[in-house]
Amino acid sequence: MRSVGPVLAVIAVIVALWYAAAVGMNAAWVRDQAARAGTEVSFLQIVPQTMAQERPVLPAPHQVAKGLWDGVTGQAITSKRSLVYHGWITLSATLLGFGIGTGLGILLAVGIIHNRAMDQSVMPWAIASQTIPILAIAPMIIVVMNSIGVSGLLPKAVISAYLSFFPVVVGMVTGLRSPDAMQLDLLRTYNAGRGQTFWKLRLPASMPYLFASLKVGIAASLVGAIVGELPTGAVAGLGARLLQGSYYGQTIQIWAALFAAAFVAAALVGIVGAVQAAVLKRMGMAR
Amino acid sequence: MMTDGSASDRPVIDAQKVGLTFQTADGPVHALKDVNLRVLKGDFVSFIGPSGCGKTTFLRAVAALEHPTEGRLLVNGMTPEEARKRRAYGYVFQAAGLYPWRTIAGNIRLPLEIMGFSRPEQDRRVKDVLQLVELEGFGKKYPWQLSGGMQQRASIARALAFDADILLMDEPFGALDEIVRDRLNEALLKLWARTGKTIGFVTHSIPEAVYLSTRIVVMSPRPGRITDVIESPLPRERPLDIRDSAEFIAIAHRVRDGLRAGHSYDD
Repeated sequence: MRSVGPVLAVIAVIVALWYAAAVGMNAAWVRDQAARAGTEVSFLQIVPQTMAQERPVLPAPHQVAKGLWDGVTGQAITSKRSLVYHGWITLSATLLGFGIGTGLGILLAVGIIHNRAMDQSVMPWAIASQTIPILAIAPMIIVVMNSIGVSGLLPKAVISAYLSFFPVVVGMVTGLRSPDAMQLDLLRTYNAGRGQTFWKLRLPASMPYLFASLKVGIAASLVGAIVGELPTGAVAGLGARLLQGSYYGQTIQIWAALFAAAFVAAALVGIVGAVQAAVLKRMGMAR
Repeated sequence: MMTDGSASDRPVIDAQKVGLTFQTADGPVHALKDVNLRVLKGDFVSFIGPSGCGKTTFLRAVAALEHPTEGRLLVNGMTPEEARKRRAYGYVFQAAGLYPWRTIAGNIRLPLEIMGFSRPEQDRRVKDVLQLVELEGFGKKYPWQLSGGMQQRASIARALAFDADILLMDEPFGALDEIVRDRLNEALLKLWARTGKTIGFVTHSIPEAVYLSTRIVVMSPRPGRITDVIESPLPRERPLDIRDSAEFIAIAHRVRDGLRAGHSYDD
């Protein structure tokens, strides 16, 4: 593990810059307070005060770490103040949306490669769908689904799916088309049907592409679930936690929720990566 | 068996005035023109010529991967399309093209699965053809674990597995080095002697064509056509050092002359 040194060095630099920025950005408030009280503060007095504010402009790393730690371990996991509780709400929507998006993406890709009309009609719509800002469409999905009596998990999952199907479609179309002319000719000499060509050649050949797409797709799903929580009246989920934090100026809470989301995303991508390694190894494609 | 034995004197491949024109953006390209050829059962026919002479196109037309625009082409007395549907031939491409996610045995099993052979029958055939190409014990390996020459042998085994009478080979050893190529040529002749298959073999190597074939078809480009068909007087049993014999050199010479004649007007 020779890469540990450089990785730690980069983290150390980031943390150092972060502390420096925290001092710089939070110092104004300390000086204001001092001016109001009619006292003078020296730089050395300012520094510790910039790192212990309740609503800092930029919380110091250890404050965020403490907020994260309290949020995860300091509460019962059923508590509304627990990050585990909110994290699970978001994660469940993410996973459901990811499942729907992946399934839909694969189905569309299969349709696109087998049907000329779909090839020419679906792809432009899929691309157009991704050019619309998700923030604009998410509230409408929530409202429309609410009006037909669907609320809670599913509308958020739909927004997740909306974001995650696209990389899967693009990746799978590329993957299913990856066999070259010679491979396809070979199957023609066996007089193989379309179904056989699909199951024996196209699908296995697309696996590396699929997993590359899934890694993008699952991160997009998480973003979708969080965005989906913003217009739901801020009840539960990491998105709600972010929104509440911004209402009340709880910057530490915002950052803690952001980091919680980042860790969840990293874990999800890591899991997809592990599944990829296992599947490709089983297929004999890992060396 | 795909063919009926009664018509043993019927040519396996029968081309009469076959022409094939590709329509391209730059106008029509005459890949084949007026090709007349009869290949009999058990023949080993090599097609040799510079690139663009249509040798691969002709082989692909026999395999129904291309469609002649003129003339008549019959394979086992049927149209190439029918012959393909009846799985009359095995085709070996220039690259081995093994599936990286299948073992060697799994790759050889591929056509058998598609054609619906029973599992025990698949296993038996895989074992047989692995032996035929001298790859016993490599069935469980993945393609990347084998050398290029071994991969190409595996792809030949794959083409042999379903026991078609015709073996069509498109520069199968073109990407291999000379030493490996010599060994594979020798092995291919043995295999041909053991199986009695009809082989169509595209190459651009004169020694390879002369060493392997009972007939050598010399072709030239623009338009792709046959300029000479040479019946080889060499015996069917051919040790590698036959290539130093006067007969061998004489045939090679004639092939070279044929190639040069076809080439003269274009450089």
